[in-house]
Amino acid sequence: MIHSLFLINASGDIFLEKHWKSVVSRSVCDYFFEAQERASEAENVPPVIPTPHHYLLSVYRHKIFFVAVIQSEVPPLFVIEFLHRVVDTFQDYFGVCSEVMIKDNVVVVYEVLEEMLDNGFPLATESNILKELIKPPTILRTVVNTITGSTNVGDQLPTGQLSVVPWRRTGVKYTNNEAYFDVIEEIDAIIDKSGSTITAEIQGVIDACVKLTGMPDLTLSFMNPRLLDDVSFHPCVRFKRWESERILSFIPPDGNFRLLSYHVSAQNLVAIPVYIKHNISFRDSSSLGRFEITVGPKQTMGKTVEGVMVSSQMPKGVLNMTLTPSQGTHVFDPVTKLLSWDVGKINPQKLPSLKGSVSLQAGTSKPDENPTINLQFKIQQLAISGLKVNRLDMYGEKYKPFKGIKYMTKAGKFQVRT
Amino acid sequence: MTDSKYFTTTKKGEIFELKAELNSDKKEKKKEAVKKVIASMTVGKDVSALFPDVVNCMQTDNLELKKLVYLYLMNYAKSQPDMAIMAVNTFVKDCEDPNPLIRALAVRTMGCIRVDKITEYLCEPLRKCLKDEDPYVRKTAAVCVAKLHDINAQLVEDQGFLDTLKDLISDSNPMVVANAVAALSEIAESHPSSNLLDLNPQSINKLLTALNECTEWGQIFILDCLANYMPKDDREAQSICERVTPRLSHANSAVVLSAVKVLMKFMEMLSKDLDYYGTLLKKLAPPLVTLLSAEPELQYVALRNINLIVQKRPEILKHEMKVFFVKYNDPIYVKLEKLDIMIRLASQANIAQVLAELKEYATEVDVDFVRKAVRAIGRCAIKVEQSAERCVSTLLDLIQTKVNYVVQEAIVVIKDIFRKYPNKYESVIATLCENLDSLDEPEARAAMIWIVGEYAERIDNADELLESFLEGFHDESTQVQLQLLTAIVKLFLKKPTETQELVQQVLSLATQDSDNPDLRDRGYIYWRLLSTDPVAAKEVVLAEKPLISEETDLIEPTLLDELICYIGTLASVYHKPPSAFVEGSRGVVHKSLPPRTGSSESAESPDAAPSGGQAAEQPAVIPTQGDLLGDLLNLDLGPPVGGPPIATSSVQMGAVDLLGGGLDSLLRSDVGGSPAMGSGSGFAPAPSTAMPANLGAPLSSGLGDLFDLTSGVGTLSGSYVAPKTVWLPAMKAKGLEISGTFSRQVGSISMDLVLTNKALQVMSDFAIQFNRNSFGLAPAAPLQVHAPLAPNQSVEISLPLNTVGSVMKMDPLNNLQVAVKNNIDVFYFSTLYPLHILFVEDGKMERQMFLATWKDIPNENEAQFQIKDCSLNADAVSSKLQGSNIFTIAKRNVEGQDMLYQSLKLTNGIWVLAELRIQPSNPSFTPVPVPFPTFLAASFLWVGMSCVALTHLSVYLRTCCLPALAGLPAVAGFGVVPEMPSTGGVPVHLPSLRNHPEELRCCCSPSSSSSPFPPKEAGAGPVCMSPFLPAKEPAPGNVPPAPGPWKPVLPSLVGLG
Repeated sequence: MIHSLFLINASGDIFLEKHWKSVVSRSVCDYFFEAQERASEAENVPPVIPTPHHYLLSVYRHKIFFVAVIQSEVPPLFVIEFLHRVVDTFQDYFGVCSEVMIKDNVVVVYEVLEEMLDNGFPLATESNILKELIKPPTILRTVVNTITGSTNVGDQLPTGQLSVVPWRRTGVKYTNNEAYFDVIEEIDAIIDKSGSTITAEIQGVIDACVKLTGMPDLTLSFMNPRLLDDVSFHPCVRFKRWESERILSFIPPDGNFRLLSYHVSAQNLVAIPVYIKHNISFRDSSSLGRFEITVGPKQTMGKTVEGVMVSSQMPKGVLNMTLTPSQGTHVFDPVTKLLSWDVGKINPQKLPSLKGSVSLQAGTSKPDENPTINLQFKIQQLAISGLKVNRLDMYGEKYKPFKGIKYMTKAGKFQVRT
Repeated sequence: MTDSKYFTTTKKGEIFELKAELNSDKKEKKKEAVKKVIASMTVGKDVSALFPDVVNCMQTDNLELKKLVYLYLMNYAKSQPDMAIMAVNTFVKDCEDPNPLIRALAVRTMGCIRVDKITEYLCEPLRKCLKDEDPYVRKTAAVCVAKLHDINAQLVEDQGFLDTLKDLISDSNPMVVANAVAALSEIAESHPSSNLLDLNPQSINKLLTALNECTEWGQIFILDCLANYMPKDDREAQSICERVTPRLSHANSAVVLSAVKVLMKFMEMLSKDLDYYGTLLKKLAPPLVTLLSAEPELQYVALRNINLIVQKRPEILKHEMKVFFVKYNDPIYVKLEKLDIMIRLASQANIAQVLAELKEYATEVDVDFVRKAVRAIGRCAIKVEQSAERCVSTLLDLIQTKVNYVVQEAIVVIKDIFRKYPNKYESVIATLCENLDSLDEPEARAAMIWIVGEYAERIDNADELLESFLEGFHDESTQVQLQLLTAIVKLFLKKPTETQELVQQVLSLATQDSDNPDLRDRGYIYWRLLSTDPVAAKEVVLAEKPLISEETDLIEPTLLDELICYIGTLASVYHKPPSAFVEGSRGVVHKSLPPRTGSSESAESPDAAPSGGQAAEQPAVIPTQGDLLGDLLNLDLGPPVGGPPIATSSVQMGAVDLLGGGLDSLLRSDVGGSPAMGSGSGFAPAPSTAMPANLGAPLSSGLGDLFDLTSGVGTLSGSYVAPKTVWLPAMKAKGLEISGTFSRQVGSISMDLVLTNKALQVMSDFAIQFNRNSFGLAPAAPLQVHAPLAPNQSVEISLPLNTVGSVMKMDPLNNLQVAVKNNIDVFYFSTLYPLHILFVEDGKMERQMFLATWKDIPNENEAQFQIKDCSLNADAVSSKLQGSNIFTIAKRNVEGQDMLYQSLKLTNGIWVLAELRIQPSNPSFTPVPVPFPTFLAASFLWVGMSCVALTHLSVYLRTCCLPALAGLPAVAGFGVVPEMPSTGGVPVHLPSLRNHPEELRCCCSPSSSSSPFPPKEAGAGPVCMSPFLPAKEPAPGNVPPAPGPWKPVLPSLVGLG
């Protein structure tokens, strides 16, 4: 099971260590540093590193490496999932997960880690339960604690810990009972030079924010549940009913949670809401190149495309770029060779474009690789897969809750090759 | 106000200050101080000096303070064991606390204090907590057992905690079940032999119920535990699969992958015809695809596993090619894995897409990735023949880019394409040659040289090209040098007139100026070939090359099957069995896939039950009883012969009719694989080498003269040879399978082997060695495997053996431990050899001597048994036995029963005398009571005897051989196998034998040193000879080089002779 955890920052300092079994010397991280050195970028550090006596499994998030040390055969996914859960918990507790934040709350961090694992076995990883055991720090509570001498450690066994619905605590009370559901879809796509889709798929999630008194039992039905053939549910969802009736039936956790995530595969046709017209050329003879891109809407179902961001990693030979955008702002970093253009909204009448010239290093041959363009965008009130919630019903409680549903489509890993 | 303030006090008297604060009266100050201590601890500062002060704060009702102190304790208790005792009382008290949270906290912390002295105080509180009314405490206590086991395993066993833990599997709370399973799995990992997790259908049912209700982490433990279960039939497998399938929709990827493991494993048992099988296949694809949209670290582990799954069952993901397309901002480790899977999934249907993608990747920035992409194009060409042309043109396009590493990789793969499709794409050679100068990597240079040499006849300036390489010959790597040597020799053979000078140059460079033995040897071989017989040289050097395989980097099927059982583990990430790398895998149990019920190919009835996984797991090196009988029966008889039941004999010893035996038919006897050998019997491996040579020679001629008449009658056509059995399964030997048998022909023993290469690589450099054994068996010649063994090839070898090797008593006696080496590794196995290969040709005893000896054999040395269902008459028996060097000395008829008197001699000079009684009255029943050592008894399993024989065999052991045995432990002694297959024969009853007035007896000549065979057991089956006492003086000077005929040296016997 998980032996120890080391947190390492971008400059290679171990700023926190936690051991759940015997203490493992931090020198074990030297193997990690070696691997880090070999990898050109932090993202490329392999997640599983063998050392003579241990295995180091790491995740890289928020510019921090979370390195778990294991000694025996442990499912690596279990460890990696757990590490991600740790990061999520930190984020949940402190708003952001950063080195400064962790150092500022080191005791809480330590207490939380101790609650999450026992001898390497996960103990409490549901943030609901954790928050009952260790109260997240708030300014108010810190003040109150200082004055009254009370603690931020709960001294009661969290009620959810052992009930049939471990994700929900009892005795929840709200004056305004409300349940919001966000259907968020991300399009992952690769578009080739000519504009045709090589691969496109939709990763969707339904995130919920449920603030309901008591023990509500909810059912959520869809207009077109057939779309969902590959789904992962929150443990609260009754799988049997989904199998038989294609209805989501569940007692929700309190607060924010992810109800389900789904995947609409490449088999189905995925609508691509934007297109990019590009003309990027480097010439062998001159040290100048041409650069021109235009972004336009495609299948948007009549909705506005907003929050458009274009970024592209230019080849090493590019010295500078002189560009004029028709709208928005653009930045080219001559060191990292990263071009980014914050476009904003797309007006179908006047398509945004970015034009100009590229200056190349003199004397070298033209770059071999063409830059790939990364695209980000948002479309409100649209689930691009066509998924629609039919209705939400509540049983088990008497009051009438306020219900809301929101749709959004975003670009995930949306890449256009040039 | 944040915790960072705790870090700001790093100045001189910090520890001192903290000490003061810890001892403060104010609660709040105390807590702050402990927090400071913890903060220092987290950054790796040593604050162990504060131990007593911190522990003093432990007695508090403030839960946060308590927790903080516990945190400190866990970290430092080990370094301060004496002080840690101070904390014990508080723990014991806390375990009684009314608040379950505190009870659980106490039991949890106790287990984390890794101090031996403390552990014994823990037992009582832990026992209480394991039975606590609150499930939260119970589940915490379950984990504590695992902690304690890690510290002191013996203590946990002695206290019976393991049983309590096993009981918790049936707990009503699923969380407790999950933790109990997790704890047991962890304990079991350090004790692979123990059957802690002894799963049966009932416990499986409990686990499956708990699976639905416990936390995601608990589900992982339960699923991993389920994966170790072996369902008894396909129905059970299917019902488990049905209940596991919903886990595929879990949000936690580890749960998904563990579920995939269970399904992949149990699917093996389902018939492919089953509708459910197809449904399951369809259900497996979406969750695997979903795993690829997770974080990159998860993707990586998932991809490594998908790589295995795709190799095992390509049909699952064959339509999902697109999800493996690489995004340019994927981490490199994900990119490389995706590429690997893309090639595995490439087929005619999707090759166009794949090629377009690969071409795209070949223009990316990352060098490693680009190289792999270029190589992938070549692999596609080799895999999908229809695409070869397109691949070649893509590669040519890439070569045109002139990007150095792209060109080099392209040339390496084009070489492979030439190998796969000879005489098809040679038109591109010109383009390749243009890039000759830019090649700076050895592999690319070697590939180019190979191409030039191979197609020398089509390249006009091949000699110039190769000559240009030759200039810097000594600076090249070995790979290039070897390739250059071969290429120039090829060129010479194709264009002998122009290139004589060149070839001489390279040969002299390789043989005279190089100190690389490989290069020199190859140079000399070519040189001699060319100088002795150019035609032969042509045949050798320009021989047709074997085709290269379509798939590269495939995992060997046996390893793949094992790895499928390890899906989701580190083993699956490294594609190695855990035994190969996991530290402290104390004898990891090999896992294997369950056998398929209805065979996938032949689609048998789905109802047929699997024959139990265990059998498949350990391919029997020693043939089972059934096999033995099968072997024995492969002769001329239908009904199976039961094993030799030991029976009483009451044979009369009258006038021994001296008749030479030996007729026409050969009696085959199989001794070898009988598990009956497995008894603890010791046997005197008295090598005849200890015999004075001068005695041997005259006697042998004498014996020969005496029995000339009989040997003329019997045609010795060699002894029985058992069919070959698998000795070393491929799974255990990295793909090398060895099967074999032993035989004796015209006085020489040989081991007939079949070596089969079930791996994907060529095997060579075979060698064999035996461990010391009871009869000194040793290879008489080295193992000769002439050509390297290509994949899926077998070779038959007959290895001559002699008996002059070192002697060591083995158990069982005829056990032989063998080591076989090849270029991959050394493998060990053991086998049992049939004893009859040790029966020497001069095992015929003089009649008078037989008579005299017979009488002197003490009772203890007798053994007897019956053989049933033989339908041979006395003559046939006799001749059959003679084929195996068991000679008939005399034959007589007593009351209508044929009696045969027989002798045989082992290579080490031990004589065995036997009486065989054949009862013609009841042809279906053949009692053969034989006073006979049991290990030999097996050699008298005369299958094929149609007569009803009652045999009485006596043993005569030569003690004069004993000096050679000095130093051998328990060298002699015959034991009877405890479980002789009983077929209803007369049970052994020696007393009754003894009561008989004219019984036949085994005898052993009196040893000079002591009575060699003290009586041991006379009542029931086992007849044992006690160990010989080794005689005092070995006579090394008298040792003849090879087993010679034995001469009885005992005065009384000599007189008789």
